[in-house]
Amino acid sequence: MNEPLLRMAGISKSFPGVQALSDVTLAVAPGEIHALLGENGAGKSTLLKILAGAQPPDEGTITFAGEAVTFESPHAAQLKGIVTIYQEFTLAPNMTICENVFIGREPGSRLFVNWRRMAEETRALTRRLGLDADPMTMVRELSVAEQQLVEIARALSMKSRLIVMDEPTSALSQAEVEKLFRIVRDLRAEGISIIFVTHRLEEVIEICDGYTVLRDGRFVATGRVADTDVDGIIRMMVGREVNALFHHREDVTAGEVALAVEGISRRGSSKDPSATVLADVSFAVRRGEILGIAGLVGAGRTEVARAIFGADPFDSGRIVIEGQPVRITSPQAAIRHGIGLVPEDRKQQALFLSLAIRMNLSMASLDRLSRWGLFVSEARENALVEEYRKALSIRMAGPEQIVANLSGGNQQKVVLARWLALQPKVLIVDEPTRGIDIGAKVDVHNLLFEMARSGIAVIAISSELPEVLAVSDRIVTMREGRVTGEIARNDATEEKLMAMMTLARAA
Amino acid sequence: MTDTTATGRNQVDAFAIFARFAPLIFLVVLMAVFWALNPRFVLPLNLFNIMLQVSIYGLLAIGMTFVILTAGIDLSIGSLLAMSGLVAAAVSKGGLSNRFTVGEGADAMSNPWYLAALAAIGVGVVAGFLQGTAITRLKVPPFVVTLGGMSVFRGAALLFADGGPISGFDRDFVWWGQARIGGQVPVPVIIFLVFAVLAHIVLRYTRYGRQVYAVGGNPEAARLSGLNVRAVTTSVYVIMGFFCGLGAFVLSARLNSAEAIAGMGYELTVIASVVIGGTSLFGGSGTIFGTVVGTILIGVLLNGLQLNNVSSYVQQIIIGLIIVLAVAFDTFAKSRRRTG
Repeated sequence: MNEPLLRMAGISKSFPGVQALSDVTLAVAPGEIHALLGENGAGKSTLLKILAGAQPPDEGTITFAGEAVTFESPHAAQLKGIVTIYQEFTLAPNMTICENVFIGREPGSRLFVNWRRMAEETRALTRRLGLDADPMTMVRELSVAEQQLVEIARALSMKSRLIVMDEPTSALSQAEVEKLFRIVRDLRAEGISIIFVTHRLEEVIEICDGYTVLRDGRFVATGRVADTDVDGIIRMMVGREVNALFHHREDVTAGEVALAVEGISRRGSSKDPSATVLADVSFAVRRGEILGIAGLVGAGRTEVARAIFGADPFDSGRIVIEGQPVRITSPQAAIRHGIGLVPEDRKQQALFLSLAIRMNLSMASLDRLSRWGLFVSEARENALVEEYRKALSIRMAGPEQIVANLSGGNQQKVVLARWLALQPKVLIVDEPTRGIDIGAKVDVHNLLFEMARSGIAVIAISSELPEVLAVSDRIVTMREGRVTGEIARNDATEEKLMAMMTLARAA
Repeated sequence: MTDTTATGRNQVDAFAIFARFAPLIFLVVLMAVFWALNPRFVLPLNLFNIMLQVSIYGLLAIGMTFVILTAGIDLSIGSLLAMSGLVAAAVSKGGLSNRFTVGEGADAMSNPWYLAALAAIGVGVVAGFLQGTAITRLKVPPFVVTLGGMSVFRGAALLFADGGPISGFDRDFVWWGQARIGGQVPVPVIIFLVFAVLAHIVLRYTRYGRQVYAVGGNPEAARLSGLNVRAVTTSVYVIMGFFCGLGAFVLSARLNSAEAIAGMGYELTVIASVVIGGTSLFGGSGTIFGTVVGTILIGVLLNGLQLNNVSSYVQQIIIGLIIVLAVAFDTFAKSRRRTG
C-alpha cells in the first residue's frame, strides 16, 4: 500500500458514561474500497461521524491527502472532499433531482439559479451512474435505489475523493445491489476511495479491497480482504467462533393448517392508484412450521403480511384461521384472532423509543396485565420483562431503561417478546434481523425455531436469501404481487430461489 | 459480543438528572430571588393567592398535558372556556333574559350550581369530541382544527351572550370560586390539586394512560400493537374539553361573572406551563407533576413580576420567550440523549 489517502490515528471519543472509541486507527488508500466492520455498538458510527465532521474527537489526528485536517462541521469535511451517505437519506423529497444534487451550491449568479446548467450537469452525473431520469423529476417519485443514486450524484458533484457509504445495500434488492456494486467499482477505477459499512459479509468479500474491524470501540485488525474469508471476519468481529450462521433446524412434521390466505388481491397504492399490489395471493402455513416468503423489494411480501394483519385493507380474497374464515379489518381484530406481526422497520413501526423497555414489551398485552381491565400491574409487567429477558437473553440495564438506548439486536428481541407475550397462533416476522449484528441474528433465528417448536405457525419474510434458506421449512416466492412458486427447504438453493423470484410467471 | 450501548447500568448522567428536575430547580431559584427582592412574596396569603391565580390555568394545563402527550395541540381552549362559562352562567340564571338581575331576587329564579357545572362541562366535552373527530376522521392537523375552533367558539360565545357579560350568581355557585377552606385555602386550588392527582394516576397507572403515551410516542407502532389510535386521539380532546368546562365553571364562580371575551390568550400561558414542565411537544414524554410545577412556575413568575411593578406587556414578552427557550431545552436534551 502506498501513501494512504486517509489516515485516522489514535482516535478516542467518550460520551457521558461510555467510552465509544479508544485509540482507533483507520487508513484508506486512494482508489480503495475499504470495509469498516464491527457489530452494532462497536464504534463504527461514532468513527464515521468524526470523519464526517459531525462530532469532534477527544483525541487523535486525521490526515487527508497528505495534510493534517480538523473538521468543525460536515460542510468543512465536504469541502475537503469527504462525503458521507447515511443509511437514512438526507434528500428533500419535494424537490427535484437537480435541486437535491446541487442543494446549497446551485450554479448561477448570486441571486438567480441557472436551472438549465443545473439540469445539464445533473444529467451528466446521473447518466454516469446509470440513472435515466429527468433532472426535474421530484425525488419522492424515485425508488429507494434511485434515491441512493441521487445521493451518490450529489457526492460526485462535490468532487469528493472519499465517499462513506453507511449500510448502502440494506434497503436494496439483489439486482439493485449488483447495480450499485458496478457503480462503486467504476468510482474506484476513477481513483475515488470508498468506505463501505455493511452487515452483509458476503458483500465485503465480493466488493471490498481492504478492511478494518472494530470491537467495543477498539481497533481489532486491518488487512486485505483477499487474505481472509467470511468466517475469519466474523471471528474478528465477535472475538469468538460463530459457525451457526447458516444453521438449519431439524426436519419437522408440521401440524394442522393454522392460517390460510385465499386469493387475496389489492389494487392501488398511495403512489399509484391503479398499481397491482397483490394479485390472487394464496398460501397456507401449518402449526409448528416456518414458512419463508422470498421476493425482491416491492414483490408484495410486506404488503401481504400487512393485509393478513389488518394493517392495510384488501379488495378480495379471504383469510382462514384454523378452518374458519375470519374478517380482519384492523390490527386489533388480527390480535384477537391470534395473529402477531413484527414489522419490517423496527424504529418507525414497532418501538416507542421514548418509553422504557417495560412499556414497550407489554404494549400488546395490556389486557392481560391489567387489574379490572383498568390499572396496569407493574409487578406483572416486571415479571414479564424478567421472563423474556431470560428466555431471549436480552442485554439491558433494567426494565426502566429507555428502549432507544438498546442495541438493534436487543431492541428486536424486545419487539419479538412483545408478540410472544401474547402467545399467538400465527406470528409474521418481516425482516426480523435487518440491521442487527451477527451474534444477535443467530439468537433471533434460534428464537424463531423455538417458537415453531412450541406450535406457533411462523411466517418469515427476508430480503436475505441465506436467511430465508436458514430459517424456513418451506418457501413461497413472490414477484410483482403474485406468488410465483413454492419449494421445500431441502430442495431449495439460492440460485433456484433467485430464479423463482425474478423470472416472469415462473410457476 | 458486548455492546457499549446496553451498559447503561453504571451510567450516572448528571445532565439527565438535571434535565429531569430543571423545572423544580428553576422554581425554587425563582422563588428565592423574588423573596430577596420583596419579603412580602413568601407570606402565606401571597402564596395562596398565587395558587388561586394559577388554578384555572392549572386545570387547563392538566387537559393540555394529555393533548400534547399525543403530539397534538389545542389552541381553542380560551374560546371554549368563554363559551362554556357563558352557558354555565345562563343555566345558573335560568336563562338569558334575567342575565343582569343581581342580588337577593336573583337566587329565586336560578338553577342549582351542579346543573351549571354540568352544562359547562357538557359544552366542553361535546366541543372537544367534535374537534377530536375532525382531527382523526377528516385528518386535519390539530393545529388547524383548533385554530378554527378558537375562532368558532369565540364567535359562538359572542353570539350567545350578544357580546355582554352575565353576572351575579347564587351563593352556592360562587362558593366554588371564592370560598376558602379554613379561611385560608381557596377552593379552586383544591379542585386543581385533586384533579392533578387524578390525572397523574390515570397517566401513570392505567391502561388508558399508557395508550396516550404510546400514541404520542409512535402512532404507527401503536396501531400495529393493536391500539385504537383514533379513539385515543379523539379522547384527549374530549378530556381537554372537560377541563375547559370545569375551568369555566370555577372561573365564573370566582369572578361571579361570565363573559364572551374571557380566556383570551390563555392557550399561550397554558401551553407554556405544560412545555416548561418538561412535556415534549413531539409527544410521548411528560408528566402531570411536571405540568403542576410548570404551572406554578409561570404563576410565580407573573406574580413576582407584578409585585415588582413590571408591566403586563413585558410579562407577555417573557412568556413568549419562555416557550421558545423551554422547547429549545427539550430539543437539546433530546439530541444529547441520541448521541450520548
